[in-house]
Amino acid sequence: MASASIPAYNSVSPLENRSSQNASRESLKMELLADVTLLPGEERIIGKDIIYMCPFNGALKGKVFITNYRLYFRSVDTDPVMTLNVPLGVIGRVEKMGGASSRGENSYGLDITCKDMRNLRFALKQEGHSRRDIFDILFKYAFPVSHSLTMFAYMSQEKYEENGWNVYKPMEEFRRQGLPNDKWRITFINQSYELCDTYPTILAVPFKASDEDLKKVASFRSRGRIPVLSWIHRENQAVICRCSQPLVGMSGKRNKDDERYLDVIREANGTAKLTIYDARPSVNAVANKATGGGYEGDDAYQNAELVFLDIHNIHVMRESLKKLKDIVFPIVEDSHWLSSLESTHWLEHIKLVISGAIQVADKISGGNSVIVHCSDGWDRTAQLTSLAMLMLDSHYRTLRGFQVLLEKEWISFGHKFASRIGHGDKNYADQDRSPIFVQFIDCVWQMTKQFPTAFEFNERLLITILDHLFSCRFGTFLYNCESVRDTNEVRTKTVSLWSLVNSEASTYQNPFYTPECSRVLYPVASMRHLELWVSYYIRWNPRIRQQQQSPVEQRYMELLALRDEYLKKLEELQLTDSSPNSSHLSNSSTPNATSPTQHITHLHTPL
Amino acid sequence: MLGGLSSGGGKAAKASFVSYVTPEEIKSEKEPFRKENNPDFLPGEVVFCSANTVLKYTQDDLSQRGVFGTLLCTNFRVSFVSDEVASDETSKLFKNKLYGENDIPLSCVDNIYGGYEDKKKLITGSLVKNKYPSKVIIHCKDLRVFQFSLTYSKEEDAKKIFQGIVHHCLEPKSLKCVFAFTYCEKSSGPEMQRKERTMLFNCLEDWTHDMKRTKGNCRLVRENSNFELSPRLPQFFVVPSNVSDEDLTKFQGKGLPMWCWSHHSGCALFKTPSLPQLPEDNVSQMYMEKMLTAVAHTHLYSVKTEDLSDTLPTLQDIQLSYNKFKQFFLIENTTEFWMSDMKWFSSLENCGWLDIIRQCLQKAVEVVECLEKENTNVLIMEEGGSDLCCVISSLVQLMLDPYYRTLLGFQSLVQKEWVIGGHAFLDRSNHLHLKEKVESQAPVFLLFLECVWQLHQQHGPAFQFSETYLTVLSDSLHVPAFTTFLFNNDSHRVSVLTAESPSSQRAVMNWPSVWDWSAQFDCKALDLFMNPLYAQKPKQDRSQRKTHRPKHQRQLSLPSSAFKTPAKKGFFKDEADSLKKILRVRRISRWMLSPSSESPQTSSSAREFYEAWQAKPLDYHGLLLPCLDGPSIRVWMQRYLRWIHEVQILGGGPVALLSKVYELLGDIQELRRELDRHACTQTPNHRGATTRPKVKSAAELSARSSVRLSSSFPFVTSRNWQFKPAIPTSMLQSLIMTGVAGDLASRDDDGGETETIV
Repeated sequence: MASASIPAYNSVSPLENRSSQNASRESLKMELLADVTLLPGEERIIGKDIIYMCPFNGALKGKVFITNYRLYFRSVDTDPVMTLNVPLGVIGRVEKMGGASSRGENSYGLDITCKDMRNLRFALKQEGHSRRDIFDILFKYAFPVSHSLTMFAYMSQEKYEENGWNVYKPMEEFRRQGLPNDKWRITFINQSYELCDTYPTILAVPFKASDEDLKKVASFRSRGRIPVLSWIHRENQAVICRCSQPLVGMSGKRNKDDERYLDVIREANGTAKLTIYDARPSVNAVANKATGGGYEGDDAYQNAELVFLDIHNIHVMRESLKKLKDIVFPIVEDSHWLSSLESTHWLEHIKLVISGAIQVADKISGGNSVIVHCSDGWDRTAQLTSLAMLMLDSHYRTLRGFQVLLEKEWISFGHKFASRIGHGDKNYADQDRSPIFVQFIDCVWQMTKQFPTAFEFNERLLITILDHLFSCRFGTFLYNCESVRDTNEVRTKTVSLWSLVNSEASTYQNPFYTPECSRVLYPVASMRHLELWVSYYIRWNPRIRQQQQSPVEQRYMELLALRDEYLKKLEELQLTDSSPNSSHLSNSSTPNATSPTQHITHLHTPL
Repeated sequence: MLGGLSSGGGKAAKASFVSYVTPEEIKSEKEPFRKENNPDFLPGEVVFCSANTVLKYTQDDLSQRGVFGTLLCTNFRVSFVSDEVASDETSKLFKNKLYGENDIPLSCVDNIYGGYEDKKKLITGSLVKNKYPSKVIIHCKDLRVFQFSLTYSKEEDAKKIFQGIVHHCLEPKSLKCVFAFTYCEKSSGPEMQRKERTMLFNCLEDWTHDMKRTKGNCRLVRENSNFELSPRLPQFFVVPSNVSDEDLTKFQGKGLPMWCWSHHSGCALFKTPSLPQLPEDNVSQMYMEKMLTAVAHTHLYSVKTEDLSDTLPTLQDIQLSYNKFKQFFLIENTTEFWMSDMKWFSSLENCGWLDIIRQCLQKAVEVVECLEKENTNVLIMEEGGSDLCCVISSLVQLMLDPYYRTLLGFQSLVQKEWVIGGHAFLDRSNHLHLKEKVESQAPVFLLFLECVWQLHQQHGPAFQFSETYLTVLSDSLHVPAFTTFLFNNDSHRVSVLTAESPSSQRAVMNWPSVWDWSAQFDCKALDLFMNPLYAQKPKQDRSQRKTHRPKHQRQLSLPSSAFKTPAKKGFFKDEADSLKKILRVRRISRWMLSPSSESPQTSSSAREFYEAWQAKPLDYHGLLLPCLDGPSIRVWMQRYLRWIHEVQILGGGPVALLSKVYELLGDIQELRRELDRHACTQTPNHRGATTRPKVKSAAELSARSSVRLSSSFPFVTSRNWQFKPAIPTSMLQSLIMTGVAGDLASRDDDGGETETIV
C-alpha cells in the first residue's frame, strides 16, 4: 500500500495477504494481479488504465484493479514501481471530480476519501464516459450494505491454524479474575438479550442483587445498561463497574432499587464511599436531563461521590480528527506545526481520556470501587474502563490479554462499531460516525510509548487492528452489539482478526517485553509527553521516514542473536569438554531467532 | 549555633506550614550531626558565609514541606547541607564528584528571586542592601529550581547568606575570581601520552593530523604561535594554500578564510569574520576577491559564500528566544506546571526556539549539499565569525564525517571549531556578570548542542556518545572548575593561563579540562556516556570507500559542469573580469529572509537533496541528514524535563529500552570473556562449576530490573516508589469550543436518537 518509497513497514502491512498460501490458489489466480495474491474468496471485478494523482510524486500512469475486497493500483514505467493496496472497507466516500467538459490536464476523474487519514485521486480520459463503470463498481462494492450486498468478511475463505473466535471466553475471563466469589455472582439473565439488548449474555453482578433487582435497576438506566462488573482487584476486591446514565430526567426522578444496587456494590468490599465517574463534562450531564437522562444526585446516592471527567462527545472527537487530517495530509503543516497541532485539540482529548483512566485506576488501587458511565456507556465508558484495566492488570498487556480486553470491553459490551465506523455504508456524513476506538488505540499507543517494556505487543499490532477496523475482511469489528452479531452468525460465517494475528504472533511481539505481574502503570498525562502518533497518522507521507524496526529494536535483535551465538559456542565447547551426562544441553540450544521469550528462557538454561 | 533557632523562628510560620521535622526535633535529635554539616569541600574551596536552620522546600508538591539544613556560599558553589542523614545510597549512581544535588556552582545560578510575603521579585545585584526576603528562589542554568526559606534562621545569618549569595552570583567580578583559578586539584595531566585522545588543536600536530585525515591541501600557518600576527587569530590555523603572508594580517583576520574541513572530493569548508564592504573601499574589495580566489583554488575553482548574519537569527534573537523557552521548565509548583501544560504546544512555538534549531539545521544541510552534491568550496561568514559560523561549520562536519560522531571526535570538533575557533564563551555566558556584556550574552553553544541532539534522536546508532553525554556537557558549561569554556579566544586563553601559571607550577596545558570526565564522574557513571546503540563501523567498509573514490576523481577531471551554467548574479558586485570567467561565487540561498512568511522558502533543491538521500538505505557511517518536518524537531526531554516531578515516568521512558540493551551487552561481554578463557585453557578435563559462565540467574535478572528507573534517569532516581499518579488539574478551560465544535460539544453522543438536544 502507499508509495513505493515507503516499502519497509507496508510490505508487512496487515492488509497484505499473507495467509492465502493455505488456500488452493489455482482457481483464484489472476494474471493481471500477478504481483498481489488474492485472498481466498476474493474476485476480480474490473481492471482499467488510470492515472493516480499521487500527492507526493505527481501524476503516475498505471492500472487499477478492483476486486470485491480491494482497490489495487500499480504504476507502469516508473522506477521503483508504485502500488496502492486499499481494502474497499477503508473507503469512506467516492466522488466524481470534474466533468466531461473540464479543462486542464487530469481534471476528470475520481476523488476517494479514506477512513485511514488519506485521500486518493485518480484521473481518467475524458472521452467516452470512461469513469462511469469504475465509479459505479467502486460505489457498489465499497458500500455493500447500502446496496444489499454481503460484506467481504462473509465471502472470505481464509483458513488459519488458530480460530480467533476462541480467544475470549467470558467465563474463563471471569474465572481468571477470581469470579464468582462470595460477593459477586455470574448471571445468565441476559441469555436472550431480554434485560439489555446491547449487553453480552453473561454478566457479573453483586451477589446480593437478585435477578428481579436487576430488572428493576434496568428500568432506571438508559437502554437497560445496568452497572455490571468489568474488573475486580484481586487483593482489595475493589471493582470497576460500567453502566449508562440514570434516567433522572427534568423532574429529578429517583429509583430506590438503583440506589440500593449501587450501595450493594460499595458494600461488597466494605469501603465507605463509592466513586462514580461520569465521563462527560458536567454541562452535558445536566443537559441530558432534558432527554430523560442525567446523573446521580448527591442526596439520592448518599454513599457515593460523583466526579465529572470532562471528556467530550463523539461529535467533538470526529471534528478533532478531521482537523488533524487537514494538517497532516497530504502536506504536513510546516511553519506552524505546533500551534496547528494544538488547534486540533486531538492530543488534549487524549490527555483527558488518559487522565480520566488514571483517576479510575488510582481509586481502585486505593481500594475504592468505582462506577464509570457516560450517556449510553459504550463510547467514553469503554475507553475509560479498558484503559484503567490496562493500567491495573498486566494480563491485558500481553498479546492475548489485549485481545481479550478488546473483545470484552468493546465488542461484547456493545461499542457501536457499525455506527461509529459505518462499515459498508455510503452515508459518509452520518452523525453517528466517530473515531472513538481510534482514539482509544492512540491512548494505548501513548502508554506503550511511555512504558516500552511493559507491553508484549508492538506498534504493528495496533496499526493492524486499526487497519482491519475498517477493512471488513474479518468479522471482529462488524455490527453494533452481540445480539446483532448472533443474528448475523458472525462467529460461524466470518473469520476473526485474532486468527490472523495469533497465527503469526511473532510479528506482533515486542522484543523488549519484560513481564511484571503486580505493577500498576501510571502514564504521565502531560502534553510534554503526549505526542502525535506519526507512524499511524502520517504514515502515507514518504518524507516521514518509516523504519520497519526502530534502531533500538534492530540493535537489540542483533545483540540477542550474538548472545545466542556465544551461548551455542560455549555449549559446544562444554559438550566436547565434559561427560555425556550434560546431554540435556543440546535440547536447550535449539536456535531460534525470532521469539524473544525463548531467548530469555534460553539464557537461564544451566550450562 | 542552634540557639539562633528560637530567635530566628520568631517570625510567625504560616498556618499551612508542614515540615518533616519540627525545629524542636532538630534541636533535640540532630545536634550530634551538626559539626559534620559541611559538604565535601574541593581543594581550594573557601566558605564565604553560611546560615543554619534554612528550610529547603521539596519541590514535589504545594504542601510547603521541606528539609532543614545549612545554606553555605563558597567560592565555588551555593550549597545546602541537609540536617537529615542521607539515607539512600542508590541515588549516588550518577553522582557528580564536584557538586551534589543540593549544590549550585556559582556560574550555574541563572536568576535569583526573593519571596516577600506574597510577592516574588527578581533580585538584581544592586537592589539588596538591608532587606532580605523570607524566601529565596534560585533558578539554575541546568534548569533546577531551589526554594529556601530563611524564616527560621538568625536574622543576622539570613541577611549575610542572602547578601553573600547575591554578591557572588550576580555581581560583577573579575575573571581571576572564577573558581578554576583557585581549584588546586591536579588534573590527571594532559591526555597527550594516550594513544587516542581528544585533539585540542592547540598544537601543530593536531592540525596536521586533521588535515591529513581529511586529505586537505591547505596551508598550515605557524607564524602566530606567540600571537605575533594577531591576537584575534589562534596560535595555529589553516588557510587556503594561495593565501600569502601579507594577506594574513591585512584586516586583523576579517575576511581571512579559515579552513574547517575538507570533503573527500577535494572541496573544503571555510569560515571567516565578514569584512564590511564599502562601495568606495577598493582595498577591502580587492582583498576579498583575492581571498575568494584562494578559496576557489582549493578545488574546481568554484566557491559559494554565505553570510550567516543575513540568513540566520541574530544573537539577540537567540538569547530572547531561549529566555522564553527555558521558563517552561523552571517550574516552581504543581499548579504552575499544569497551567503551563494547557497551552504547551503554542507556547513552545511562540518562543521560537525550536524554529531557530530548525533554521540552523536547515542551513547546515544547504552547506552539506554544496560540498557533497556539487563539490564546491564553501565560505561561510558572519560578523565576528565565531558564533553561527561555529554552529554551522560543526554541524556540517557532524553530518558529513562519521569521525566527529565518536566521543573523542566530537570533543575534538568542539575544540577545533569552538574553543580554538574563538567562540567567545566568556562573553556569551557572561559568567562575570559584567553590565557591559549583558548584550553579548547568548546561548550559542547550547544551540549547537540542541542541534546535535536533534540529529542524535533521529539517527541514534550513528553516534558513539549518548544523550546523557550531551546533557552533561551542556551542564559542564556552567561548572567553573574547568578552563575549557572560560575564555573569549585562543590568545585570551593563553595569556590568562600563562599569567596564572607560575612558570614552574603548572604549564598552560595542565589546567583541568572539561574533557577529563573522570574529574566529575567515576568510571561506572561514565559508561552512561556511551551510546549502546552505536553501530560500530564494519571493517570492510574502508575498502568500499576506496572504490567509491574514483567517482569523484572522475568529476575532478571533467569539471565541465562547473563552467557550463552561466554564473548567477554574484554576491560581490565587483568581481574581477578574470574571476568572472573561472569563478562562480554564489550565495547559497536567501532562505529565511522573512521568517514570518507562511512557508519558509526552502529551496526545492534542498528538499530534493533530502529526499534523494532518504530514498537510499541509511548508512550510519555515511552522510547524515536531519528530517526537518514539523513533528521531527522535538524538545530535548532529558535535559529540560529531568527535574520536573510531574513528568517523570516511573519505570518507563526511553531509558527502559536502553537499560535492556545495556543489560544484554553486559551478558555478551561476560560470555565473550568466558569464551576467551576457554580458548586459552583448551584443557579437556574442565568440568562443572569452574568452567561455567556466570550467566545471571532469573532471580538476579528480575532483581536487576526491579531497580526501576524513571524517565529522568540518570539525573534523578526514583527513591520513593510509592507514589500517587500525577492527575492533571484545570484542563477544561483550554477546551473552550467555538463555532461548529461548540455546537457539537453540547450535543449528546447519539444525535440521531436524541434529537431534542442541541
